[in-house]
Amino acid sequence: MSTLAPAHAPAPVIDSDSSQPVVDLSSVRFSWHDAPPWIIDIEVLRVSRGERVFLRGPSGSGKSTLLSLLAGVVTAREGTVQVLGRNLGTLSGAERDRFRADHIGFIFQMFNLIPYLSVVENVALPCGFSQRRRARTGGNVDAEAVRLLQHLDMGGAELLRRQVTDLSVGQQQRVAAARALIGAPELVIADEPTSALDADRRKAFIDLLFRECERERSALIFVSHDASLAPLFDRTLEFSQINATGTTAQVAQ
Amino acid sequence: MILELAIKSLRNRKFTSALTVLSIALAVVLLLGVERIRQEARESFASTISGTDLIVGARSSPVHLLLYSVFRIGNATNNVRWDTYRALANRPEVAWTIPLSLGDSLRGFRVLGTTPEYFTHFRYARDRKLELAQGTPFGEARDAVLGAEVAEALRLRLGQAIVIAHGAGDVSFSLHEENPFRVVGILARTGTPVDRTVHVTLEGMDAVHAEHSAEADDPLAAALHAQSATADEHAGEEPKRAITAFLVGLKSRSAALSMQRSVNEYPGEPLTAILPGATLQEVWEIVGTVEKTLLVVSGLVVVVGLAGMLVALLTSLSERRREMAVLRSVGARPAHVFALILGEAAFLTLSGIVLGVAALYLGLIAGQSWLESRLGLLIGVGWPSTHELGLMLLVGTSGILIGLIPAYRIYRHSLADGMSIRI
Repeated sequence: MSTLAPAHAPAPVIDSDSSQPVVDLSSVRFSWHDAPPWIIDIEVLRVSRGERVFLRGPSGSGKSTLLSLLAGVVTAREGTVQVLGRNLGTLSGAERDRFRADHIGFIFQMFNLIPYLSVVENVALPCGFSQRRRARTGGNVDAEAVRLLQHLDMGGAELLRRQVTDLSVGQQQRVAAARALIGAPELVIADEPTSALDADRRKAFIDLLFRECERERSALIFVSHDASLAPLFDRTLEFSQINATGTTAQVAQ
Repeated sequence: MILELAIKSLRNRKFTSALTVLSIALAVVLLLGVERIRQEARESFASTISGTDLIVGARSSPVHLLLYSVFRIGNATNNVRWDTYRALANRPEVAWTIPLSLGDSLRGFRVLGTTPEYFTHFRYARDRKLELAQGTPFGEARDAVLGAEVAEALRLRLGQAIVIAHGAGDVSFSLHEENPFRVVGILARTGTPVDRTVHVTLEGMDAVHAEHSAEADDPLAAALHAQSATADEHAGEEPKRAITAFLVGLKSRSAALSMQRSVNEYPGEPLTAILPGATLQEVWEIVGTVEKTLLVVSGLVVVVGLAGMLVALLTSLSERRREMAVLRSVGARPAHVFALILGEAAFLTLSGIVLGVAALYLGLIAGQSWLESRLGLLIGVGWPSTHELGLMLLVGTSGILIGLIPAYRIYRHSLADGMSIRI
């Protein structure tokens, strides 16, 4: 399933083409100052459809910057970042925002929720910015939100009524997972989603996340500094190894 | 979508939002209230007298003459001799005249000695005649007709006797007690100084002063009235009394300027004639600085209200950068984030304006009669004028423009932060 290949020419975008890699980076270099030294220097990185990738690395190593590149918040100074066959570097800022809304679900480490929205409204939020994801819920966004919450053991009527600020951190992360998954985006990016959870809750959360990613056929890029989670994933990438300065990226598994 | 988020976010911060809306609303109430009072004051000021072509009095400054003859403010320094008045009143271009004799008072209200012509020729506002709410105009020498406010304040009814005092003060030690007047009429409210005036006949006033002087119990008063006293000693059919001023209506308005010149050059005694409209304008320009100051002050209050909103929005921004990162992650564009904050500013400002206008109208409806009775200001509760709509638009636009500041800041933040959450 996992491959490591040299850069190739961009392919046309066909969202439903399951042979298309979800993420395909080649010779990507990035720094905030538009010049070396690079924070990101990745020769090759590929993630297939439905794949679950564990990206491990210490904090401050540039993982979040890589995620920003994948989400199209920033663009590569050199090389190409392709997501679902689309070269993000050729899109305008507005197009990249639109693309993110349509195809990528995001889970942060903590403080994922908008405090003034209800649980269901928080989950439904991406559908407010993406026609495509709204359409993919089958038309009834709120019902789909509740369904996802139920799958994540968050469907209780009492829980749904609660202020999001009154939820425990674990509950907040499950709401965030439901939001990342609504409308079945092809790629879910989770940035240290379990670091605020205690050890036994971590495993339960990851299990739920896997189950739902599988159901929605979403690829998952899971970033953490906690190596003990690595065995749960299809593939583990050591960030320090793929993000080498000038050397070929390596894959650990 | 963004508007919905803005409203929900504001609802989440109910307390600060409500305070912000309240301060903007109060500023709007003040601005529009001052503006409306200003308009009404100007209007009621300009409508104090109309239809009169010239006001003639002893030589003095035009403003002074206008103030004492029309507004009952201050006193004349000199009188006009009766024969002078007769001579000018008989000129061919004159249609009518109203003699005015001031100097006495009734418990703080000015007493005006005049003739029945006053009730037929005097006009205020847009050519409105004085109307009697009750009773009749002068019939006999000892008849008095009260302004609406006088009757109300002193609780006087038709048929009651009143005793006028010498001088204009609230308390006077020289009462003309032997000569009571009888209330025969009460005028309808005009919103002008007429409401605060006691009208008596010139004959009645002469008689009062004659008896008073004859008794000579007050040397000062006697001296002051020496002129009228000597006049009465002669006791002719045409008394050689003196009046304070007189109003002139001309057959043709075009004669006003030449008539004014000939009065000013009258050989018999030094006189001043004024065109009421022009002098009203002059007085308003003096008063005008006060009203402009008021407007500037209320404008500053609006600025303070909007600055409060700016502070509230700016202080919320640091804690909201997280929220913005989340919004960016679900596909919100920097423009959305910008619009969210701008939308909040717009919503706060517009709510403030709506609340302020509503409060102003409620206040006007509730306080209308109080304003009218206490300040003589009849504030209409009509639709806002285009000028007031302009002011509201100005406040609204300023609020939205001020919203651009925090909106731009958060826009810059969200471009720089992207989706990384900085705490």
